[in-house]
Amino acid sequence: MQFSEAWLRSLVNPALNTQELGHLLTMAGLEVEAIESVAPAFNQVVVAEILSAEKHPNADRLQVCQVAVGGAEPLTIVCGAPNARAGLKTACALVGAVLPGAQLQPLQIKQAKVRDVASFGMLCSSKELGIPGDAAGIMELAAEAPVGQSLRQWLNLDDSLITLKLTPNRGDCLSLAGIAREVAALTATPLAPVDCAPVSAGGDATHAIGITAEAACPRYCGRVIRGIDAAASSPAWMVERLERSGLRPIHPVVDVTNYVLLELGQPMHAFDLAKLQGGIQVRMGRAGEQLALLNEQSITLTEDALVIADDSGALALAGIMGGAGSAVSEASVDIFLEAAHFDPDAIAGRARCYGLSTDSSHRFERGVDPQLPRRAMERATRLILDICGGECGPISEAGSGVAAPAAIDFRPARVRRLLGFDLADATMRGILQGLDLGVAGEGETWAVSAPSHRFDIKGEVDLIEEIARVHGYDAIPVAAPRGQASLLPVEEGKRAQHDLKKLMVARGYQEIITYSFISEDLDKDFRATGEALPLLNPIASQMGVMRGSLMGGLVQTLKHNLNHGQERLRLFEIGRAFHSAEADAQPRLAAGLAYGAAHAEQWGEPTRGVDFFDIKADVEALLHPLPAQFEPAAHPALHPGQCARVSIAGQAAGWIGALHPRLTQRHALAKVPILFEIDLALLLSGQAPSYRGVPRLPAVRRDIAVVVDEKQPLAAMLAAVRAAMPPLVSDFSLFDVYQGQGVESGKKSLAFKMLLQHTEKTLTESEIDSAVQEIIGILGNQFDASLRR
Amino acid sequence: MNLDEILKDAEREFTAAGSLPILDQVKARYLGKSGAITAQMKTLGTLSAEERKAAGARINQVKDQVETLLRDRRDAIQAAELERQLAAESIDVTLPGRGDTVAGLHPVTRTMARIEALFSSIGFEVADGPEIETDFYNFTALNIPENHPARAMHDTFYLEGGNLLRTHTSPVQVRYMQNQQPPIRIIAPGRVYRCDSDVTHTPMFHQVEGLWVDESVSFADLKGILADFMARFFERDNLPVRFRPSFFPFTEPSAEMDIGCVICNGAGCRVCSHTGWLEVLGCGMVHPNVFGHVGIDTERYQGFAFGLGVERLAMLRYGVDDLRLFFENDVRFLKQFA
Repeated sequence: MQFSEAWLRSLVNPALNTQELGHLLTMAGLEVEAIESVAPAFNQVVVAEILSAEKHPNADRLQVCQVAVGGAEPLTIVCGAPNARAGLKTACALVGAVLPGAQLQPLQIKQAKVRDVASFGMLCSSKELGIPGDAAGIMELAAEAPVGQSLRQWLNLDDSLITLKLTPNRGDCLSLAGIAREVAALTATPLAPVDCAPVSAGGDATHAIGITAEAACPRYCGRVIRGIDAAASSPAWMVERLERSGLRPIHPVVDVTNYVLLELGQPMHAFDLAKLQGGIQVRMGRAGEQLALLNEQSITLTEDALVIADDSGALALAGIMGGAGSAVSEASVDIFLEAAHFDPDAIAGRARCYGLSTDSSHRFERGVDPQLPRRAMERATRLILDICGGECGPISEAGSGVAAPAAIDFRPARVRRLLGFDLADATMRGILQGLDLGVAGEGETWAVSAPSHRFDIKGEVDLIEEIARVHGYDAIPVAAPRGQASLLPVEEGKRAQHDLKKLMVARGYQEIITYSFISEDLDKDFRATGEALPLLNPIASQMGVMRGSLMGGLVQTLKHNLNHGQERLRLFEIGRAFHSAEADAQPRLAAGLAYGAAHAEQWGEPTRGVDFFDIKADVEALLHPLPAQFEPAAHPALHPGQCARVSIAGQAAGWIGALHPRLTQRHALAKVPILFEIDLALLLSGQAPSYRGVPRLPAVRRDIAVVVDEKQPLAAMLAAVRAAMPPLVSDFSLFDVYQGQGVESGKKSLAFKMLLQHTEKTLTESEIDSAVQEIIGILGNQFDASLRR
Repeated sequence: MNLDEILKDAEREFTAAGSLPILDQVKARYLGKSGAITAQMKTLGTLSAEERKAAGARINQVKDQVETLLRDRRDAIQAAELERQLAAESIDVTLPGRGDTVAGLHPVTRTMARIEALFSSIGFEVADGPEIETDFYNFTALNIPENHPARAMHDTFYLEGGNLLRTHTSPVQVRYMQNQQPPIRIIAPGRVYRCDSDVTHTPMFHQVEGLWVDESVSFADLKGILADFMARFFERDNLPVRFRPSFFPFTEPSAEMDIGCVICNGAGCRVCSHTGWLEVLGCGMVHPNVFGHVGIDTERYQGFAFGLGVERLAMLRYGVDDLRLFFENDVRFLKQFA
């Protein structure tokens, strides 16, 4: 909300300068967003009258003017403006004046010779003074402007525009009167009341009002004013205040309703009485009903839209915008004024629903003083009669009104406890009373009643806030931070997410954070679980659905960086994927991508491309020491022959694999990225270590090499051996894979290391041999493996 | 050959010997079985007892001198050989190390970790919740009824079935309080979403929500903890702070917290819009209606909640001037935060 400081000061004038006033408002919760001067600094510019204007003897486009500026003799001033003419009241910068100048570099006016004619000052355009207005010529001031008076004084230019950013709860401050009340309470300065004295009816004209939607409209005041002067125009003081609030003058009657809206906070509407057919009806809209609005927009009403109607149909969207058909115009003679109270719930959301946001809806959505319509009607009547003449009828009032809310139980001790410091009862009482709140009772519980304009105050906590606010948040002491008296539980087995991130970083992976919404196509390519989850109102289609996997974002980030000159990338992200909208189907995942050379380009080793097993080592490091398995499985985005499902303690936990060639091609990637994605909760799970005895005797190592079919997965062989191997074998693991000379084509040679260990005694050769034979037997029987010679 | 000549020859020949094997051969010529010194010793038998004593002493003296010469020469040769080996084995230690390089964390992660560490140090636990939320948790339970103008401040993304993307991490406090009676001290860091995208807004960003509920947690505590937090976060002991009344439906009294501009130290700059102050955090005392929704006794318990924007703090902390950089994921930007 923007308003003129001078207007506010006409209602309440505390002994504060502009900046201090701004600070006061901000620190009371009415945040000042901007303070701008109406005009930049300039001086010695006065109201002047051009007495005569003659053509310059030596220049076609210049005139030599005799200008009265209030001194004994007129000044001779050369002027190039086309509108300089005898009789014009304009602005004159005297010799010695300092004007804002271009780029606000001060410009000093000096006596000068213009083509051989001496000139003693400068006639000014609005632009030259840095104030809004027509820049085509010199200023054209009103005929009654007093010659010689300072222009700043005549145009009230020593004023500031204050813009408040009001929070939704402070609808009561969406008016000059509301802000003035607040300033008066904060500074204990007297408040000048707005004149809302009843205007006695000059005639008896009325117009019928009926309300069928009384919950939405508990009060409707109407008044007929007949015979207004169609030629009247709004007075300069009102135009100035409207303009300084960001409104343009339109029609004196409309200007008055706008003025009252700004002054008191009551939205009003004026109908052209001649265009009304039958009485006013306040009712809900009828489905399909059409209404042409003032802004030339035509809307189709629904049954939840409150309207003002007559016999012909809907006239206005109640509390939001009037209709084009019944609006006042230059031809209007008789008018019907509306000042009503609409319930916030009836208006809230409706304007947005029609794509509208008006000064009126803005106020009704936040609440308006329910007792205000009658006072606003009197105020508007007075102004219209003063400006446009005419004769008013009595006020007609419909609706049962809004009952005053019950008094609130208020406990001063509660304030002290919530705010955490000792505040005297008397101070609290003073603050409440200063805000026009009624305080009854003494002792532990008081009864506090809010005036109708503080409709936001509904409970004790609202009163506590008022006390804190007016006392000043700065005046509330700062308590030294208190720690917890007991230690937080720390589960030793669980790893912290940050530890995992640091591990990834240490292994060369750069962390990224990508949007959780991606394009539908990308989601389809990478989603392995659940259904697409589209947003109903996405920012753009590339951000249209919630991701089912983090891999898509990794591939997109890869492409972005390849386009910016990178060649080798290791990326990871930890975030949620979305299998459904259910709270427990949005798992946090840790996902990574590797692309390009296996190692950063360097002098010491030959370069080779990254492959599945490079990244598997990273995943194994990430999983360590959890019991994890890898088994061949199919994922829609991964190469069917280079993809494994990762399980942790038997639970499916994620995936690792090379990007499917189809997608490598679709994303125009020269090399194949390797990707992984693991459930974070499972990764972070775990248990504290538990001790097992360390053997006293060294282990015996035996190596064997067997030849099997090249398609035979290793995991199954390890699992089979580990399940059935003799107890004295403590480890059985692979250390080499070989294909080529000496091994039949279609086969591969696998070399295993086995460690044999007895906790008590030294093993004999025969015990060792029999264990080795037993394992060779398992491999031979189950996997057709032959011992390599 | 007299002894002086032997000594002179030995010195010359030792010096000429360039390696230990040669030196050993030379040594044999003097001290070996048929060496010159040994030969001199053998002549002693032909002398009288008196002469023998003097000549013997003289020979032994020369022998000692030869042995000293030999030892010095041996040391010199060994030292020279070590010198040669070291020279041959020296490498260019300025070549880069072999192996992989360490990458970096995202600046948002760095900032969140810092916030978590500071709050953990006074006993706040980290809590978490879903990002696709229901209207109840995101709005209703936080005292934001349907059509409340406060909802217009949250440009919400909606999904089918009435679900939405959480617009703040405050739903986590509701979920937590449903399952946990006070005392409660949590922070909830995470992603939030608003349907807004321009130079100063991204449709996704990060918030940290904090909540402390107990029997006597007051507004004075709120001021103390948050002022201390900001001073620690920016590592400035005398960081000016101020609290301004504001409005959030889920807290009352509510406040905006400003800190003295950390860019210009309050002198006024573009970042603080020449006010000297930066708005960094919203906070307030938990509204009784919120406690009502989760079944916490408002007569017994009270507490405060706050919410802060992680990107904003990261920008101020690291001097990043464009919010959108955080989600472009250009590694040339990201690696600066390693």
